[in-house]
Amino acid sequence: MTEKILTNARIIDPSQEMDEKGSVIVDENGKVKAIGKDVKKTDISPSAEIIDLKNNILIPGIVDMKAFVGEPGYEYKENFRTLSHAALAGGVTSIVTMPNTKPLIDNVSMVDFIIRRGRDKASVNLFPSATLTREIEGKQMTEFGLLSAKGVVAFTDVVRAVQSTETMAKIMDYASDIGVLIMQHAEDYELSKNGCINEGEVSTRLGLQGISYISEKIIIERDLCLLNEFPCRYHINQISSKESLEAIRRNKENGLNFTVGVSINNLSLNENDIGDFKTFLKVSPPLRLEDDRLSLVEGIKSGLIDVIVSDHTPEDEEGKRLPFAQAASGAIGIETLLPLALEMHHNESLSLKKIIETLTINPAKILKINKGTLKKGSDADMCVFDLEAPWIIKADLLKSKSKNTAVEERKVQGKVLMTFLNGELAFKS
Amino acid sequence: MAVKKNTLAIKDQPKHLLGIQNLSIQEAKDILDEAKIFIKLNRSASKKSDILRGKTQINLFFEPSTRTQSSFDLAGKRLGADVMTMNVANSALKKGETLMDTAMTLNAMHPDIIVIRHQDSGAPNLLSQKVNCTVINAGDGWREHPTQALLDALTIINRKGKIEGLKIAICGDILHSRVARSNIYLMNMLGAEVNVVAPKTLMPKSIERLGVKSFTNMKKGLDGCDIVMMLRLQNERMQGSFLPSKREYYEFYGLTSEKLKFADKDALIMHPGPMNRGVEIDTKLADDINVSLVKEQVELGVAVRMACLKMYCKK
Repeated sequence: MTEKILTNARIIDPSQEMDEKGSVIVDENGKVKAIGKDVKKTDISPSAEIIDLKNNILIPGIVDMKAFVGEPGYEYKENFRTLSHAALAGGVTSIVTMPNTKPLIDNVSMVDFIIRRGRDKASVNLFPSATLTREIEGKQMTEFGLLSAKGVVAFTDVVRAVQSTETMAKIMDYASDIGVLIMQHAEDYELSKNGCINEGEVSTRLGLQGISYISEKIIIERDLCLLNEFPCRYHINQISSKESLEAIRRNKENGLNFTVGVSINNLSLNENDIGDFKTFLKVSPPLRLEDDRLSLVEGIKSGLIDVIVSDHTPEDEEGKRLPFAQAASGAIGIETLLPLALEMHHNESLSLKKIIETLTINPAKILKINKGTLKKGSDADMCVFDLEAPWIIKADLLKSKSKNTAVEERKVQGKVLMTFLNGELAFKS
Repeated sequence: MAVKKNTLAIKDQPKHLLGIQNLSIQEAKDILDEAKIFIKLNRSASKKSDILRGKTQINLFFEPSTRTQSSFDLAGKRLGADVMTMNVANSALKKGETLMDTAMTLNAMHPDIIVIRHQDSGAPNLLSQKVNCTVINAGDGWREHPTQALLDALTIINRKGKIEGLKIAICGDILHSRVARSNIYLMNMLGAEVNVVAPKTLMPKSIERLGVKSFTNMKKGLDGCDIVMMLRLQNERMQGSFLPSKREYYEFYGLTSEKLKFADKDALIMHPGPMNRGVEIDTKLADDINVSLVKEQVELGVAVRMACLKMYCKK
């Protein structure tokens, strides 16, 4: 490819504390050659391609730490190709794929399959995760060493938490030595049994079994207690309540080292949005009170929460057109992640820098991958968006194979215009 | 032109009875007034009318039921409808058919009314989105049982003359009770003051947001009440994590003539049935015709369901 220069951009790259008008030069290998306000057109060869970004915002490509791709086993919900299209349309260039496929990604040969298949079919950077325990049964840990040697960046049972304290202690002890990243879904099953939404007024009115915030908090408290003994790379996938955040605050103040994520669903919706049994808003962890939502936003602001994920969970109609208790859990979200996150800028609850940070450099650092930054020499994965452009989310126009969005008809502001992968234009609206 | 078409389409939409929550006060009162007429018809020698002649009513019961099902069955028949009852609990579901499939199949047979009982909250709502006939909720999960609340209201009006200004206690397993929820909405709507009484483990979260006072003590909860509604405590809730034992529950929450003294001296007892004698209610008290309205509830249930069928069936 030829060299190219993207000019007239407002570049926001929190990894280098950059928020300035300037340009980016991408070399012929797809790496960032120069970036910032001091870059001039005269710095490049006359044959280079010039792209005028017309004062729109340019950020590092988004790193989504939690997305489900249907392959293998659930190709009818999503595949590498459709997920890639959805991701790129949302400015996402790197994805951590979840291992709860069929069969599960819990052994070396499955990781090989994912990497090969992804390389052939996907047009984004894929970072596979593997299950934390075999068969996600929470009993026997997977081959952390062998799997990470194959390229697995994290270990998670996705929608299941290891219930046995003994097993979890062993996992953390072992992981602390090898240095692998553990991503926990915090939920005590006995407490959340048969639950489908937050326990409170809405569950009482709808006559549904509620899930108390305690079920999340108790696993967080347990794991952090273990972490104190076995310091490993520990990340909580998604938290949903004020009380969990308090537990996190207390432990961080005590000097414990760990990271925390939150789903965009829990940041942009609350339990009242479920209305009259809208199954598309059945997600895990459940949507909670507005008060919880506000404290999660506050948690990002104060740095207690490091990452925002899409928790992209494609489900077909069959799985959702059921009575609420039987309906599948989860919503797609990779394409709407950025515009929903930008709502928190537009309503002045978070700075733009903070939002971009939680979507780019923070997840990259946690995963220890060389992404989420546009420092000189890095891969030129970039997202260009118009901060102000208003649009209305319509499921039919989203690129995911499944259409189970939780934010149908939502009016948002902020639209992805272009996405570059290794310097190549991969999406243009 | 387009606007005209639209209004017609809306007019043509069937009405559904999905819950008391969706009802206006006037609608509730209209049903109760209509039901009063049917009480008389049901007590007369010839009980048959032809209001729903030519109409088809399907009773779709995903959960076993004796009294609600037979009550709807009889109500439809007395109005002259062709009534078909399907116990789906042990047929289609086992073959993997979903609620939606069943709904579409039945819809193709052009019924006028589907009466549905389902173990999942919200199932009637889902059904109503998919069929083009009237849907009447005969109980869904823990959410609503609107005709039960309406028959309870009719029973109270029949004995006390009114509901406005009365104090009503609902006691027992509130958490798992659709009867409790529908009654809370309806009694509140009709101007009664509602207390709920239950052990903490059987009390739903934020129940007071529904407009009731909650108590864990029968003495306080029954204080000055004109009506004491007892709820059924299902066997499986008696052991395990909800309650220590049947004996302890009866001791603190079982209605006995001693506990009834906490209520108003003219207080009356109701129970949606089936009763667990010696668990939530003393057996003698349950049969005491001076205070127990249980039989009347069953009788008026048919009248209320006739009123609902008549008023909700598309003309």
